[in-house]
Amino acid sequence: MIREIDERIQDIDKEIEAESSKESDYAADLKIKELKSERKKLLKQCNHPTPADKVYLARHKNRPKVDDYINALFDDFFVQRGDALGKEDKSILGGIATFHGLPVTVLGHRKGRNINENMEYNFGMPEPQGYRKAMRMMKQAEKFDRPIITFIDTPGAYPGLEAEENGQANAIAKNLAEMSALKVPVIAIVTGEGSSGGALAIGVANSVYMLENAVYSVLSPEGFASILWKDSSRSAEACDLMKLTAQDLKRFHVIDGIIPEPLGGAHHNPQKVYRELDNMLMSELTKYKKMSANELARNRYDKFRNMGAAIIAQEQK
Amino acid sequence: MREKKQMYINQRLRDLYICFSHFCQKIRSGVMTMGIFSKEESSGRKESRRSLQSKGSSDYSEDFESAVSRDNKEGTDQQDTNSMETITCSSCKKEIAAELMRKELSVCPECGAHNKISAKRRIRSLVDPGTFRKLKCPVPVVDPLGYPDYKNKIHDLQDKTGLDEAVLIGMGEIEGRKAMIGVMGSEFLMASMGIAVGEKITHAFEIADKYKLPFIIFTASGGARMQEGILSLMQMAKTSAAAQRFGEHGGLYVVALTHPTTGGVSASFAMLGDITLAEPGALIGFAGPRVIEQTIGQKLPAGFQRAEFQEDHGFVDQIVPRGEMRETLSQILRLHEKRRWSL
Ligand SMILES: [Zn+2]
Repeated sequence: MIREIDERIQDIDKEIEAESSKESDYAADLKIKELKSERKKLLKQCNHPTPADKVYLARHKNRPKVDDYINALFDDFFVQRGDALGKEDKSILGGIATFHGLPVTVLGHRKGRNINENMEYNFGMPEPQGYRKAMRMMKQAEKFDRPIITFIDTPGAYPGLEAEENGQANAIAKNLAEMSALKVPVIAIVTGEGSSGGALAIGVANSVYMLENAVYSVLSPEGFASILWKDSSRSAEACDLMKLTAQDLKRFHVIDGIIPEPLGGAHHNPQKVYRELDNMLMSELTKYKKMSANELARNRYDKFRNMGAAIIAQEQK
Repeated sequence: MREKKQMYINQRLRDLYICFSHFCQKIRSGVMTMGIFSKEESSGRKESRRSLQSKGSSDYSEDFESAVSRDNKEGTDQQDTNSMETITCSSCKKEIAAELMRKELSVCPECGAHNKISAKRRIRSLVDPGTFRKLKCPVPVVDPLGYPDYKNKIHDLQDKTGLDEAVLIGMGEIEGRKAMIGVMGSEFLMASMGIAVGEKITHAFEIADKYKLPFIIFTASGGARMQEGILSLMQMAKTSAAAQRFGEHGGLYVVALTHPTTGGVSASFAMLGDITLAEPGALIGFAGPRVIEQTIGQKLPAGFQRAEFQEDHGFVDQIVPRGEMRETLSQILRLHEKRRWSL
């Protein structure tokens, strides 16, 4: 549904741009006015996205990307590359920066915003070296007592030949284990699509937030449909069944909060999203400032220890 | 001055020696075997061993069921072997006498293929008879997605397999040495990990930590259980965090990878062992071979992701045939029995 509306809006934006570049005359102005009012009406129809709509929005090519968030929310970004074990993985972008003067480590999946970038960054699908690079940055953050902020947006870990040879399972497992014990605050934000262990591998955080239209799931809806029904074309059905929206995950106590998005998705007004994120980070970091290193690790352990506890308790009643 | 110093050193050495011989005595008297520390622990250890002291190391009934020497379900296993029945090897497709196959622990005498073995038979092949005590950890059947017919399916599997979920865990002895032992049962929904499996494995780490038992797990799994959605994914973090904490407390964690160990299980507790073993020919990897072939658009080389491949790439300490597993585990337990440097 939203896909058609969104595509129409993109066309309108192009038409408006074309009209605006012409010499201003009465007809052109009128046309622009008409287009703008149509755009407004269309946008209003985006107010109740279905789970499948959200999957579409979460993967939208114009959705803010990890570098947008880093530029908008942090200063003095110093990029770090490589796993220091022989490999670099461009599908993860990260480094050191400051948040309102406080040094932090930031990292996230990098998808790129056009086909060339997509290819270069492997569509945000890390290989083991990506996870190992992330872990290297996080262990350093722990050493220098910096909070860690991660941005999750990936179709999953890359299922490739070399990735397997190089220990994809091992790399993800190590991240899950070691992140759980980090002695600095970790805040994770699912900004787009969070699929499978490839997402979770940078997501073992004290606080996990999701953008309103982001999705987070055990695997992609296409993968879900193809494994369970041997039919990947039934992905829309899978979206409804999988409970992968921010609202669902909040109900499952998998995430702590939802970052509101403007009508039609984050790309319609990224500044608004950045402001929300800035406020959230400020209040979360203030909260964790009062916790000791061991308390932080315990807090995170307990959070993941209790995954599923609510539903077990509910069943036992 | 120098004399004084020498005297002081001698005195310290004597202290050390007394300390040391006391320690050796404890080991000889069996009080300190298996890293289970006795009640006469030095005060420095008191804190971390508190739970043990209050309960006494011999009383496990709070956390384990009592040992059952012959399990009801075993009767059904026995039936297959009485007649002239044969079993087809999954690899070479030869018909093998069922009785021979059983004796060989489902390892094909013709081709050496390690065929599937049920969780219960696996446990029996490993522990000293009559020593296995199931871990108490009841988890109700949950259905977070409201997945069509899911609860019924689980109840049916429970009846069919005699397991309450896709992992069977308990305490047993291997050549007299106690350990927490878990076996994933691929007969139960591909041994996929949902909330119940995650909970049982996490609980097992915690209880192994409480009694200072080594933890041995035989993995086999298709990965996270799709039918339980995102909460299945979260079990990866839960079990990995438990493995991490168990390790930080000095626990010995041994993983034996069996066919197949893939997806969310391979990418969590299955890859976190201090010692990692694998059965010959087991498929071990994150992504399934078909997904990889689709992604890269080419056929995978022979032996890709098999145990031997993982050994070559540095992710497996040893490949151990099923018939030698008990002996190998016994050796590992033996080598970790004494936890202090001594002459
Ligand atoms: Zn055979």
